[in-house]
Amino acid sequence: MKQYQGQTLSWELKDRVIEMALHREPLNEIGSQTLEELEKFVAVLEALSHDAHALIVYSTLKGGFSAGADLRQLYGWIQEFGQSEVARHAREYLQRIHAVMNALDAAPLTTIAAIHGVTFGGGFELALTCDLMIADKLARFCFPELRLGLIPSFGGIPRLKRDVGNAVVRDLLLTGRSFNTTKAQQIGLVSQVVGEGEALRAARATASQMAKFDRTTTRWAKKFIKPIPLDELRQEIDIFCELLPQPAVQAGLKKFVENTSAQPYLP
Amino acid sequence: MPPAEKTLDEILTLAAAHFKVPREKLSPDDDFFKALGIDSLQALDLLTKLENHFHVELPDYELQGVADFRTLAGKIQARL
Repeated sequence: MKQYQGQTLSWELKDRVIEMALHREPLNEIGSQTLEELEKFVAVLEALSHDAHALIVYSTLKGGFSAGADLRQLYGWIQEFGQSEVARHAREYLQRIHAVMNALDAAPLTTIAAIHGVTFGGGFELALTCDLMIADKLARFCFPELRLGLIPSFGGIPRLKRDVGNAVVRDLLLTGRSFNTTKAQQIGLVSQVVGEGEALRAARATASQMAKFDRTTTRWAKKFIKPIPLDELRQEIDIFCELLPQPAVQAGLKKFVENTSAQPYLP
Repeated sequence: MPPAEKTLDEILTLAAAHFKVPREKLSPDDDFFKALGIDSLQALDLLTKLENHFHVELPDYELQGVADFRTLAGKIQARL
């Protein structure tokens, strides 16, 4: 299998690089369908890695990389399962999401997120699994979950803690503010800042450079410098499932889902 | 030109150029969502453009409820 065309994402292996395009309208909200297609990809990743040295993840949508988790689906679960059962359902879902994110994090090739525009919540968490982030000047990052009474749940906090200082983690999480690429580079998240619309081109050039290196050495180096914080990842699921049934969360999600103002992406 | 007026003028010029709206059609007290015909995602683009241009950080919670260029200029001026 050298390529896949899905409803939410597609990928192709070409010239020893896998390019995964995210294309779920309106802004790559990550829900059950995206999860299933990511699971299919992860299932063949080891086999693909024999013929590839890099994976580039990018979005074909003008608005950005991803707006995050599908909050309408989450709100729908609360309606469907009720406050007593929703945590159990969410836990099963999050365990699947974490399995995918962990597999991408530990992928046996070098992974690059080529980022533009909105990179919020779950989309930011997907980018954080990658070895490198290359972002254009108009990219914008945010963990807005606390506005809804929740914490990030796709592995965001442990991975952010792995990559940046704790004061930065507190600032980003506890204010829920968005920040630009310049700031993201200053705090050490983004490795290359490029002009508008140039992230994918820069990611391809970077992937070409990586092709020159010995694969086994790269794998060992990655294992050494990018440990997966498994204990904290499990704690994150526990805390999220503890918070989810709270009335404040339901109120926050309801407000978001029913928001018709001109600024739904702003706090 | 006083600094605050200069900041306002630069915002109007930058917004007009980025969203391809004639500069002369924009006024300081315009609702920029309406005047520029932009949605929330494009407003984030504008925010990022302004941060890059003025080399400031604008926490978006400070911009909650801000929709006119003059107030926006005041927020930026306070961080210069």
